[in-house]
Amino acid sequence: MQETQKISKMDWTRATQYFFLLDFLGGFWVAMKYFFRPKATLNYPHEKGPLSPRFRGEHALRRYPSGEERCIACKLCEAICPAQAITIDAEPREDGSRRTTRYDIDMTKCIYCGFCQEACPVDAIVEGPNFEFATETREELFYNKEKLLDNGARWEVEIARNLELDAPYR
Amino acid sequence: MNEWFQNLLGENLGLFVSILAQSLLLVVPLLVALAFLMYMDRKVWAAVQMRKGPNIVGAFGLLQSFADFIKYIAKEVIVPAGADKAVFFLAPMVTLVTAMVAWAVVPFNDGWYLSNANVGILFIMAVSSLEVYGVIMGGWASNSKYPFLGALRSAAQMISYEVSLGLIIIGILISTGSLNLSNIVNAQQGGIFSWYFLPHFPMLILFFVSALAETNRPPFDLPEAEAELVAGYQVEYSSTPFLLFMIGELVAVVLMCALLSVLFFGGWLSPVSWLPDSFFWMFAKMFVFFFLFALVKAAVPRYRYDQLMRLGWKVFLPLSLGWVVFVAFMAHWDVATYARWDLLGGVN
Repeated sequence: MQETQKISKMDWTRATQYFFLLDFLGGFWVAMKYFFRPKATLNYPHEKGPLSPRFRGEHALRRYPSGEERCIACKLCEAICPAQAITIDAEPREDGSRRTTRYDIDMTKCIYCGFCQEACPVDAIVEGPNFEFATETREELFYNKEKLLDNGARWEVEIARNLELDAPYR
Repeated sequence: MNEWFQNLLGENLGLFVSILAQSLLLVVPLLVALAFLMYMDRKVWAAVQMRKGPNIVGAFGLLQSFADFIKYIAKEVIVPAGADKAVFFLAPMVTLVTAMVAWAVVPFNDGWYLSNANVGILFIMAVSSLEVYGVIMGGWASNSKYPFLGALRSAAQMISYEVSLGLIIIGILISTGSLNLSNIVNAQQGGIFSWYFLPHFPMLILFFVSALAETNRPPFDLPEAEAELVAGYQVEYSSTPFLLFMIGELVAVVLMCALLSVLFFGGWLSPVSWLPDSFFWMFAKMFVFFFLFALVKAAVPRYRYDQLMRLGWKVFLPLSLGWVVFVAFMAHWDVATYARWDLLGGVN
């Protein structure tokens, strides 16, 4: 009984839609509308999108303007690192100040959470705005102190500006 | 052309060289055109998604396909450990060769064909049915789950839609009274309103959709549905064999564009009487249909397997079968738009 009711109550709107391919014609219309719209593509290697001052990219170890390295080997970053990517060894230097002898970050382990940056009491370890540091071998991604200080020297201007811009919100 | 070569090189060798030259004259421009059609396909797809598409290699990215070509042949050929090597490598060749062979009978202009076969359309149907072997062989020889599932789907899909494709063509054949593709075009002489797309309009749409399914194009790309089957029968293929599969599929798509132009839109015939018939019209029509193929790929979501089968067997088959009967009656009563035999001087 129910079956016959279903059949007798034919849905002409749906049937028309189905046999005259109205859904598809509508789809093509939308497709053609988008076809002529301005493109949203960013020509990546040639043009780049804007980055927030808080962007967490490649790590860098900073120095004071005097040239003295900021890191005091408190190991807070090593302790908080959820991926355990940071390894620090420390010894008192000849002048008695506490400094690192080894500061390694395994960039293949790092999850770029920014906790090291947050934990650092002297703004020594930061995540800079650089995200184009892909390498051809794994070994090149095991960063040591030298590489990180080098990064700090190279990106200091951008890092300092980003820290300054973000300071009011911290 | 045959005679010129035969005078130069002797009876048999001359004929051989002549046919070889003609084949190359067809295949090489076809493959070069294919590179740019591939580029166009990607550009259309990109434009609908508000992207720019390839635009780095060459001016506007025009040479992208050639860069891809070099990439494919420079890659390592990987054969799965359990694969049947002979069949594994035979499969992509079968796909490409069968897709290419069908072009032998396609007329581009009055007298521009490799072979003026009297059973041209039958030949195309036969050869394009063989294409399914490439897919099945590839899926089976890979000795892997997803390729096998993809191949099974593909076999079912291609066979289902070939049935309605054949029936649609029968309608055209009744109107023309010949299986020769040149005759089919000549029977549509007399401007745009004499082309078969008007009297056979519903079949044009059915043919287009069946062609999509027959060539495994989206929205019927179930054999290589990446969401379910990774890439179907192509999963285990890399490098040049994969390239052959890809070219083979694209050649089949362009062949369907050519068939659409020949069967429904009068091939090389000019739409208006004050412009001359020329191969330009054939290429223009194929170009438009290729654009439509690309647009469908961009706009329509993939069909589910059961939807595909329902559409093929429960909608297309009865509709096309009914249309054959309808056309047969119309032709029998000599309704002018359905019986064009007089144009060709009776039934050939």
